[in-house]
Amino acid sequence: MAVEKMSIAKALNESLRLALDTDPKVLIMGEDVGKLGGVFRITDGLQKDFGEGRVIDTPLAESGIVGTAIGLALRGYRPIVEIQFDGFVFPAYDQIVTQLAKMHARALGKIKMPVVVRIPYGGGIGAVEHHSESPEALFAHVAGLKVVSPSNASDAYWMMQQAVQSDDPIIFFEPKRRYWDKGEVDTESIPGPLHKASVARTGSDLTLVAYGPMVKVCLEAAAAAQEEGKSVEVLDLRSMSPIDFDTIQTSVEKTGRLVVVHEAPVFYGSGAEIAARITERCFYHLEAPVLRVGGYHVPYPPARLEDEYLPGLDRVLDAVDRSLAY
Amino acid sequence: MTVESTAARKPRRSSKRTSAAKTPQSSEPQLVQLLTPEGERVEHPDYQIDLTADELRGLYRDMVLTRRFDAEATALQRQGELGLWASLLGQEAAQIGSGRALRDDDYVFPTYREHGVAWCRGVDPTNLLGMFRGVNHGGWDPNTNNFHLYTIVIGSQTLHATGYAMGVAKDGADSAVIAYFGDGASSQGDVAESFTFSAVYNAPVVFFCQNNQWAISEPTERQTRVPLYQRAQGYGFPGVRVDGNDVLACLAVTRSALERARRGEGPTLVEAFTYRMGAHTTSDDPTKYRADEERAAWEAKDPILRLRTYLEKQKLADSAFFTALDEESETLGKRVREAVRAMPDPDPMAIFEHGYADGSSLVDEERAQFAAYQASFADSAEEGN
Ligand SMILES: Cc1ncc(C[n+]2csc(CCOP(=O)(O)OP(=O)(O)O)c2C)c(N)n1
Repeated sequence: MAVEKMSIAKALNESLRLALDTDPKVLIMGEDVGKLGGVFRITDGLQKDFGEGRVIDTPLAESGIVGTAIGLALRGYRPIVEIQFDGFVFPAYDQIVTQLAKMHARALGKIKMPVVVRIPYGGGIGAVEHHSESPEALFAHVAGLKVVSPSNASDAYWMMQQAVQSDDPIIFFEPKRRYWDKGEVDTESIPGPLHKASVARTGSDLTLVAYGPMVKVCLEAAAAAQEEGKSVEVLDLRSMSPIDFDTIQTSVEKTGRLVVVHEAPVFYGSGAEIAARITERCFYHLEAPVLRVGGYHVPYPPARLEDEYLPGLDRVLDAVDRSLAY
Repeated sequence: MTVESTAARKPRRSSKRTSAAKTPQSSEPQLVQLLTPEGERVEHPDYQIDLTADELRGLYRDMVLTRRFDAEATALQRQGELGLWASLLGQEAAQIGSGRALRDDDYVFPTYREHGVAWCRGVDPTNLLGMFRGVNHGGWDPNTNNFHLYTIVIGSQTLHATGYAMGVAKDGADSAVIAYFGDGASSQGDVAESFTFSAVYNAPVVFFCQNNQWAISEPTERQTRVPLYQRAQGYGFPGVRVDGNDVLACLAVTRSALERARRGEGPTLVEAFTYRMGAHTTSDDPTKYRADEERAAWEAKDPILRLRTYLEKQKLADSAFFTALDEESETLGKRVREAVRAMPDPDPMAIFEHGYADGSSLVDEERAQFAAYQASFADSAEEGN
């Protein structure tokens, strides 16, 4: 056993290092990923150790970054590209949606697209415009892409390993405000599958589903609810496409109540998909309608208002109370 | 201040730029320069400028006050009053020179670092700080000063500028449009597309690229193998490299490009060769990627110092002028400091404002839910819970 306590940022860095070390076809590409080690230092030291041919500072052009990664993948490489911030993925959106996602199907399965697109996402860091968004639903809606987000250091480490090994394009959303949160990582244990949800806390009265940055908030909410005598189960979705509905179903059949929490706007968000499917699967088990807590249908607000916009402990507990009141 | 001058471009068929374009190997193509780093006035065959003492002092004042404002904002970020600041330190001449070349009816499309251009347009500097403090995403009405909002997504605004310029041409107006962007942004598809559109539609737009040598940690060599101004040739319009630390040359070259646009002769790419003396933003640590000596070498080319040397040598400004300007700088710093500290946090309900011009039933519903939720805290407080 090799258990180490490290931050999510460090876990990602170690995982990328391992990927570069294990497979000479793995490349890292992006803006400032080299000497600077990325603006969040996730690629810190990697160029120094693996060289400019493996850890590539790219021109400042996201469409170019993803488009050339597709070409490199066609040639047998396994690129991991970094998009500097969530709001800057859109110049590359065309390449991701019209090309990366569809390549395998167009070639009738004859070609693979082992490309990982890393995107630091979400708010809560007091940033300016375009630095705090949660666009995961826009990617999850696109067939051909897989979309995941770790919430803790262990998952960051292992999900990155699994993403790099996957032959499908993976949009890897990193919860940037949790980068510095520490957790234990067992670098030798065999992890569960990439797209399986995990039970982060067991409970019997209500199920909270979250992923990425919101898992921590939900765990805190569950702890607070416990003090009021309410037993709340927390599921960490880990994968937004595909979604592990079986794990959610099992939990809801036990608790009878479901609240989905994410930072992204509720409208057309991943919570809508979960609510609809779980209603289909668990109609006779549900004691209350599935509730959703998330962002509003407004542009992500300026930093001084983000605490109002982002779901916090109170809003989650409010939804828990509303569900239990049915 | 509007600088009146006799800057005029000769017919450009014989321009040096054309010959420079044939030698992409030369890493240091000739810059248009009218004021050397030593503060000597030099002539350029294509770009002449003749400014009065008043106008020269005006340019100096603009640069000094812009630098003061910038320093104040940096300090305010350090004190926690701003979340972030993108300093223009070192780029004053590029911004003031180009900014003072503009006419009131021209339209500016900036990035996020054009504080000096904003100054020239008459935008109150305190308005620039709202987005960096995190109380808004803009904070000024673009149509008041024909100065568009700052654009953070790299290169996007070059297309907006081109479209605006296409509109100007359709309207038969003789205004010009200027788009600012960085050397890093020159790699974006949007910038390439704006070059294509502006050339094809002969749009009256000037592309003003401030090549400050860095895009965060990436040097210009990571964006291009040929000098940036030479890109224009491939699209079918002229490109020119100007000493971006020479306010006179920036003024003359920009004015000439704007006049060309007004005459209906289409776009020009101006590459202002300059240097970002500070960090990319207050979040950046340049010691990770660049050597101190580099900055030191550029400090010797400081845009403000060289104009001061010239003013002093030519006895165009006396010590009373400099003293008065020092005082004006202090007053500006104080005004900015006080204004920022007094800037209130927005009302939470502001989240729901301005999402749509015509409103939206969805937003109305969410606003009502949000209000009820907020009110529930007040209620429970009253109940003593
Ligand atoms: C589309 C996009 N990608 C990435 C970023 C993040 N980013 C902000 S500024 C910057 C560097 C820009 O360099 P340059 O264009 O040379 O302008 P400078 O900041 O040096 O003035 C980067 C990569 C962004 N704002 N937009």
